[in-house]
Amino acid sequence: MGAREEILGRIRQAVRGAPEVEIPRGYRTAPPVDDLAGLFAERVRDYRAIVHVLPAAEVPAAITELVRGRRMVIPDGLPPEWSEGAEPAGGSLAELDAADGVVTGCAVAIAETGTIVLDTGPGQGTRAQTLVPDYHLCVVLAGQIVAGVPEAVARLDPSRPLTWISGPSATSDIELNRVEGVHGPRTLEVIVST
Amino acid sequence: MSATFLGMPGSFPNNAEKAVQNSQLRYNLRKATHTIRGRRASVVGELPDWQELRAAGKAIKDETLRHLDRYLLQLEEAVTDAGGHVHWARDAAEANRIVTDLVKATGETEVVKVKSMATQEIGLNEALAEHGIAAYETDLAELIVQLGDDFPSHILVPAIHRNRAEIREIFLDRMGDAPEGLTDEPAALTEAARLHLRERFLRSKVAISGANFMVAETGTLVVLESEGNGRMCLSLPETLISVVGIEKLVPSWRDLEVFLQLLPRSSTGERMNPYTSTWTGSAEGQEFHLVLLDNGRTGVLADEVGRQALRCIRCSACLNVCPVYERAGGHAYGSVYPGPIGAILTPQLRGMGSDLDASLPYASSLCGACFEACPVAIDIPEVLVHLRAEAPHGAAERAGMRLAGWVFGDRARLAGVQRLASRLRKLVPKRLPGPLSAWTDTRDLPDIPEEPFRDWWEREERHGRP
Amino acid sequence: MRVALFLTCVNDTLFPGTGKAVVSLLRRLGCEVDFPAAQTCCGQMHLNTGYPQEGVRLARHFTEVFAGYEAVVVPSGSCAAMIREQYPKLVKPGSKGAAAVGRVVPRVHELTEFLLDVLKVEDVGAYFPHRVTYHPTCHSLRGLHLGDRPVRLLGRVRGLELVQLPGAEECCGFGGTFAMKNAAVSAAMGADKARNVLGTGAEVLCAADNSCLMHIGGTLARQKTGVRVMHIAEILAATEAGG
Repeated sequence: MGAREEILGRIRQAVRGAPEVEIPRGYRTAPPVDDLAGLFAERVRDYRAIVHVLPAAEVPAAITELVRGRRMVIPDGLPPEWSEGAEPAGGSLAELDAADGVVTGCAVAIAETGTIVLDTGPGQGTRAQTLVPDYHLCVVLAGQIVAGVPEAVARLDPSRPLTWISGPSATSDIELNRVEGVHGPRTLEVIVST
Repeated sequence: MSATFLGMPGSFPNNAEKAVQNSQLRYNLRKATHTIRGRRASVVGELPDWQELRAAGKAIKDETLRHLDRYLLQLEEAVTDAGGHVHWARDAAEANRIVTDLVKATGETEVVKVKSMATQEIGLNEALAEHGIAAYETDLAELIVQLGDDFPSHILVPAIHRNRAEIREIFLDRMGDAPEGLTDEPAALTEAARLHLRERFLRSKVAISGANFMVAETGTLVVLESEGNGRMCLSLPETLISVVGIEKLVPSWRDLEVFLQLLPRSSTGERMNPYTSTWTGSAEGQEFHLVLLDNGRTGVLADEVGRQALRCIRCSACLNVCPVYERAGGHAYGSVYPGPIGAILTPQLRGMGSDLDASLPYASSLCGACFEACPVAIDIPEVLVHLRAEAPHGAAERAGMRLAGWVFGDRARLAGVQRLASRLRKLVPKRLPGPLSAWTDTRDLPDIPEEPFRDWWEREERHGRP
Repeated sequence: MRVALFLTCVNDTLFPGTGKAVVSLLRRLGCEVDFPAAQTCCGQMHLNTGYPQEGVRLARHFTEVFAGYEAVVVPSGSCAAMIREQYPKLVKPGSKGAAAVGRVVPRVHELTEFLLDVLKVEDVGAYFPHRVTYHPTCHSLRGLHLGDRPVRLLGRVRGLELVQLPGAEECCGFGGTFAMKNAAVSAAMGADKARNVLGTGAEVLCAADNSCLMHIGGTLARQKTGVRVMHIAEILAATEAGG
């Protein structure tokens, strides 16, 4: 008998007669949050990321201010006004490593946890593009922010590779002291467009 | 479970006794566990529906286990449909053979690894080394452990037993490219690890990971991490091999809404860990292999009381609140799974044939802090007591317990013993001999009273109340 | 109200003063107290050490002895938790004695529960002019969920100054046979608990369980600290007249 059949057989033997299970889902699936953008910004800041909350009309100028003259990775499908003034970086791993940063949009953002989710869709780059550069500038539209984790999970497409980002990379492996900046981008800057 | 991980070889009480005497270890552990306890309590307290999430998490895992065969088949189909390859491994040797063959087929002799309990459990790094394949751990704490030829002592923070000065020394001695003038500032040590691993990440062709969750419905795997080493391994190499225990399943995509709240808050004590990666089959053209690992899990599943241990999502909250773990340290448990969860998981996976494994169910005062902290409500004290009944008992203890049972079986026998004790009360020495010295080495005995309560009561009843 | 006292084997043998205090306290509050002489042990030591068969025998014995009482009071959080939490699982539904367990178990109350939930008294008229700290004990806290009941009772004792024990909710390291089987860890936990007790400056350490107090008290005594340990019943029984 192959391993597959043997393992399945052992499982069937082991659970024979075990009771059926009801899953209670009494938790909050849509927590009430008055100011999604405000809470999101506050929670992202808690991770020691840089956050700006700006009216939509001011966003392009703010981005230009941040990327002007810098070698930035510009993902396919990024709105052109989100990278004006930047010098486009190449796509090889070495070029990504040498770039000054990457600018992206996102798929969903979660207010309660201060999380941004990328799904490699238009303007979000490949997984490598948002990982290797040391600086990540992410533009979050107000309409992309949901209150809690359940709403985010419902909005996301599991067939796409997803990256959930909550602050810059960090470790607490040394005496449980949190240190920001390990292998992922050491600086995360977020612009919330309202 | 393979016997490759031994940690400390003695029984738990002997190992713990040595650890208790190590004041540096005691200090490191106390500081770390108390820090993370506070963080966990604060972010758990933020959620008004924590108990509802906990109840859902428990039930989702129970449902998964109840129909594990069906969900595994569903997972296999979904992963295969998404361009991945699924392999099944009955035990450690089979899993190691599968992974070794997959790596050999790529022609590579080096692999990068994301922290994975399952691959530690099966001794994968050692198995690969036997075939000339070098496995590089990339999680900072795992790197500290690997460079120091050490054993992990915590599920989440494997180098929790090391302080910054010790880590600096390990880096200077073993890293090869540690910066000159390296200080023991955590930021400086972290920077050294970043530089050390950067080139390796960019050139590695094969990565090996575990997974925190697998979604049967969609074939999606999920890895939670902090440093970005996970993202490096999961997304840059051409080939990804994930070795995952069969119990890591959840039935549906929606179920992640529960676990992505329970796990980070219980584990690192954050609202969300810095990075969570999910992928389904072959992502962005990567070659993907999933190795489903049994290695004793189906045996645990067959135990009606013990099977709840398979709900475990490896958050380590039970370790962080455990007063025994805090003092004994992780190595005393002699397994990749230390702490309260290890005390119930290891004897079930490995059996209780060795002194060490037979002593693990007793490595608890049954204080219940672990059960209270567990995000999937594993009643660890219940399983400990259940395993104690199955553990081998020494002849002297068996005789003593039988005698005690006989005495308690009848009031006259109990009264006889009590009166005898009262008569001999002046003769009891301050330090008792033999095994009873375990009490009197550090504690005084209470004074034995002139008479037991029952004699006072009987006299009072006979002569009327005062 | 007629109540049966299940004193527990440890208290009966080693701490008769606690039994006398419970009797005096309950009588003062108007209860008629009976001590069924056939009582022995709840079986916790056997169950928790890995001898469930003896545990089952003692559980059946307990339920036979206490079958006829409308209320059973237990001055031990740990033994009360054993009876309430473990008996229904230990004596399997449908097996011999299961029906008796079902009848008796709901009538079993830990002392402070009985005072507050059944007698509904918070001020028991006690007087105890000392600085006291309270250790909640694991099975009272996490098994029975006694919550702040003991503290509420102590708060109404005249003359008593209650000081908060740092790390109160952490186990003292007794754990029944754990204290012998893992003596080193048990002693380390006990030493930390004793240090916290000393830090409060209290004259008396109080708990609702003499087993834990035997361990912490034994540690405090070995270190010649002068801190006394007292079961909560002994404090609640103390009056201005009786001292």
